Formats: sequence, C-alpha cells, structure tokens
Amino acid sequence: MTVPNPVVGARPISSVRLPGLAVLLVLASAIVMAALVLLPLLVVFHDAFAKGIGKYLDAIRDPDAVSAMKLTLLVAAIAVPLNAAFGIAAAWCIAKFEFRGKGALLTLIDLPFSMSPVVSGLVWVLLFGAQGWFGTWLIDHDIKIIFATTGLVLATILVTFPFVARELIPLMQDQGSDEEAAALTLGAGGFTTFWRITLPNIRWALLYGVLLCNARAMGEFGAVSVVSGHIRGLTTTLPLHVEVLYNDYDFVGAFAAASLLASLGLITLVLKTGLEWRHAGELAANRRH
Amino acid sequence: MTAPAIPAAPIHARRPWVVHSILPGFGLSLGITLAYLGAIVVLPLVALAIRPWELGLDGVWRALTAPRVAAALRLSFGLSALAALLNAPLGMLLAWTLTRYEFPGRRILDALVDLPFALPTAVAGIALTAIYAPNGPLGSLAAKLGLKTAYSPLGIFIALVFIGLPFVVRSLQPVLQELDREVEEAATTLGANALQRAVRVILPALAPALISGISLAFARAVGEYGSVVFIAGNLPGKTEIAPLLIVIKLEQYDYAGAAAVGLAMVVISFGSLAAINWLQLLLARRGKA
Repeated sequence: MTVPNPVVGARPISSVRLPGLAVLLVLASAIVMAALVLLPLLVVFHDAFAKGIGKYLDAIRDPDAVSAMKLTLLVAAIAVPLNAAFGIAAAWCIAKFEFRGKGALLTLIDLPFSMSPVVSGLVWVLLFGAQGWFGTWLIDHDIKIIFATTGLVLATILVTFPFVARELIPLMQDQGSDEEAAALTLGAGGFTTFWRITLPNIRWALLYGVLLCNARAMGEFGAVSVVSGHIRGLTTTLPLHVEVLYNDYDFVGAFAAASLLASLGLITLVLKTGLEWRHAGELAANRRH
Repeated sequence: MTAPAIPAAPIHARRPWVVHSILPGFGLSLGITLAYLGAIVVLPLVALAIRPWELGLDGVWRALTAPRVAAALRLSFGLSALAALLNAPLGMLLAWTLTRYEFPGRRILDALVDLPFALPTAVAGIALTAIYAPNGPLGSLAAKLGLKTAYSPLGIFIALVFIGLPFVVRSLQPVLQELDREVEEAATTLGANALQRAVRVILPALAPALISGISLAFARAVGEYGSVVFIAGNLPGKTEIAPLLIVIKLEQYDYAGAAAVGLAMVVISFGSLAAINWLQLLLARRGKA
C-alpha cells in the first residue's frame, strides 16, 4: 500500500496542520464509522459481559453452546477444503488455458455471490426436502440431508463457493504460465511443476481466499437457517445458537455466543489486513470481495 | 490480464475448442470444475427455475401478486435502493478521507471499513437491534425525536446501510488512489475552485466505480437476511422482507410458493444489475465521445 500524498487544494500538507476542510471530513468519517460500524461491535462485548464474567463463562460452557461450536467447526472443516480444492482446479483451467465458454464458466462461478443466502438454502430444500425432487427416495432409504449435518454442509458450500476461486483466478492470469512451461521443458512432471512452481506462487492468495471462505462458512446464518430445522444441540451451528437464545430472551447467552463469532471476525480482519500489508503484490488485492 | 492466445498455436486435435498448451492437467482440472459446479450450483438452480411452474403460469402470478408477497418484494427492493443511494455519499466521504489525508489512526479506520463483511450477519443483526431498540443507546435518542428505529422500516434501512457501506468504499478507493493528481492541479492552475474541481474533474472519473459500488451494495441488501431479520419486527405487509417470506413459506411446506419468491428475487436482482451494467456502458461510451 502506498502512503497517499495528502492533498488539499492540490497543496501537500503535513499531518499536523490539517486545514479546516480536511479536519471536518476526517471527523465526519470517524463519526460515521464509530456510530455505524464500531458501535455494534462494542455492544456485542458489552452485552455479553453485562451480568458479569461468571454468567458469560456459564453461557459459553453450556452443552448446547459447546455442541454448536463443534458443529460449526465440523461444517467449516468439510466445506472450506472442498471449496479450496475446487478453487485451485478452476483457477488452473481458467488461468492457464484458452478455451471456448470461459466467460460463461466465470459467470457461473461468481453466481452464488449475487444470490440471497436464503435462496442458497432454499435450493437444497427443493432438491432434498420432504417434498423435494429426491425427497421420497431419501425417506425410503432412510437418508437425512435436510435438518441434518449434510444439509448444513451443502448450504455452506454453496454460499462460500466462489471465495477461493475468485482470489486465485485473477492472480494466476496475471502470472501467466511461463514459469510452469520452463519447468516442464526442463523435465519436471506435471505434479512436480504444480507443487514446486505454481503453489509457492499462489500461496498467499490461497491463504487469503481460505481465510475469507472460512470466516463466511463459520458465520453463515441465512442459508443454514433454512436447512437446519433448529434442533438444539444437533443442527444448530453457532450463529443459529445465537438466534435460538435471542428469541428465548436469553440475551447474555446470545451475546456471549455472538462474542465468539465477533472474535472470529476480528481475528480474520487482522490476519486479512496483515496479508494485505505484507503481501500486497502477491494477492491481486485490488479485486477484493 | 489473460495472455493473448498465440495465433500460430496448433488447435488441439481432439478438442477443437481448446488452444493447445504444453501445460498438463486441462482435462482433469476442467472435469473437476464442471462436476463440482454442476452439483453445487447448476443442479440446485435448475430446481429453483423449474419448481415454481408446478403452480402454472397464473398460479405463479397469483403467488407473486398476493398482497403479502408484493409488499415484501416492494419493501426489500425499495429499501435496498434507498440504502445503496445513501451509501454513495457516505462511501465517497470515507474513500476520500482514507485516500487523500494522512491522519493518526487512518490505517485502523481503513481496516474497520471491512467490519460489516467480517462480522457474521446474525451478530450484526442482534447488535444493531440492541442499539436501535427503544431502550438502546441510539434508539432511545431517536425515540426522543419521535422516531421509531428498530422494528420499523427505518431499522431495516439502517441495517442495509451498515452492510452495504464497504462495497462503495472499496470500489472507490483504488480509483481515487490512481486518479491523476496532475489533472486536478491543471484544473486549479486554470482557475477552477474546489467545488468545480470536485464536480467537473473528480466526480466524472469516479462515476463508473461509484455505480458499480452502489449496485453491489444494492444486490447484497436485497438478499440480506441475518442482519435485518432481528431489527425488522417482521410484521406481515409492513416490515416483512422477501427473504423472510421464503423462510415462512418453507415452514408451511409451500415449496412452490417459496421457489416462486426466490426465483422472482433472483430474476429482479439480475435484471437490475444488467440494467446498471448497460448504464455504465452508456456512460463509458459518452466519456469517449
């Protein structure tokens, strides 16, 4: 990141002597951010500890909360690696080869980003719900997808589908394939070439994509809410646990669970910002989100 | 960008739609990509596209024009458009201060812009509700002015502004950073005052990025569920958003009705995005003429 050249009326100014307009604008920005964005974060932690640290610890040690955390970790542990593997495969064929239909493929990969999370859950119910296309067959064979972990995983995969692919594709397109071609002509095999040349070139972008994918996977609410059925201790992920408690007027419990998710968001934000500062050149970071 | 296809490259004998490359793994990576994409994105979307029509054409029409559904669609799309429009000045303010001034805490403020992305939606939802509820810190303030924030359309609007803000800021920042200072300086030496520079020089350069930021914020807001559903109040016909209606219809096992609303949301979203793209193209052409 380059330090921008401070300009007011095209005159460089020092950070100490900000003229009137600049002070006004900086102040206005700070107020907007504090009231609109920072306040919700503070409220989460404030309300979580509103009845003291003891009640907070009780809330996050509650068996339902613990099983919600485990389920959230399990769902992310399945969804994120699958989407990462897909992202690498998609980026390899799109960035390294020229073929017809590439534009359509890119549009399809981006599609889940512009769908409502609720629709991303709905589509699985249409397929596997009791009255879905495969509903009767699944009941006959005693397989549960909706209102079970499989449904949560499918909904999460769909919502987080593009994250890794979208980070990798523009970067690998920029990098071209000269280095891989050189390795191949020197006698390296395809796998060696990928492992020794491509992977090191894309590792930071891959990490960045996985980070964003994981944060969304663990924090997803709308899509999993549709397929979960909200069975306490069984199909409630952490965000759904927050909802259940909140609707029961257990606000300390809800905000305690929310504070864990907020911490996850904060850690992600810190790691992401760190990556952007240190490895800006290897991230294609101007195409964020 | 993509390396241009070398014209002399031989066309693949078995796959005439692929430009030959010495890199391996095209078949494998494309195979994985298509299989995964088909199972996770295409098949579910086909279900969404087909399912509503079991109601028949006028059944779908009746489902969508039922007063409760029509009101929810109007509310979701109307408030999303308003929120995206408010995000324009707020986003310009933040993008401008973050790129043009150097002040203590600038990098932290910059990182905080992503907080609405990083905070799981359910967490943002209950936190915003706590803030804007009649007894909350800002809600009580608004109540003194006679304004009802939480459990009213205004509350939904605030939540949508919250989640849309980063889209506009992040779209504008790179453009503002790369905007040629010399053009602004030239305008100054030619006698343009600050207002003229802003309206005649900076705004036209920002317009395409601004439009795409607004449309991204709009698309996200239309489908948003978690951060809205707690603050909305969910009164049928008054503060009930379209995604919530899908959830309610699914709970009543009205799959076709839910799919009809979902399909309508996808179609209207895509329609408006396409219209915005077209507008942008028109603007770009005018800029060149």
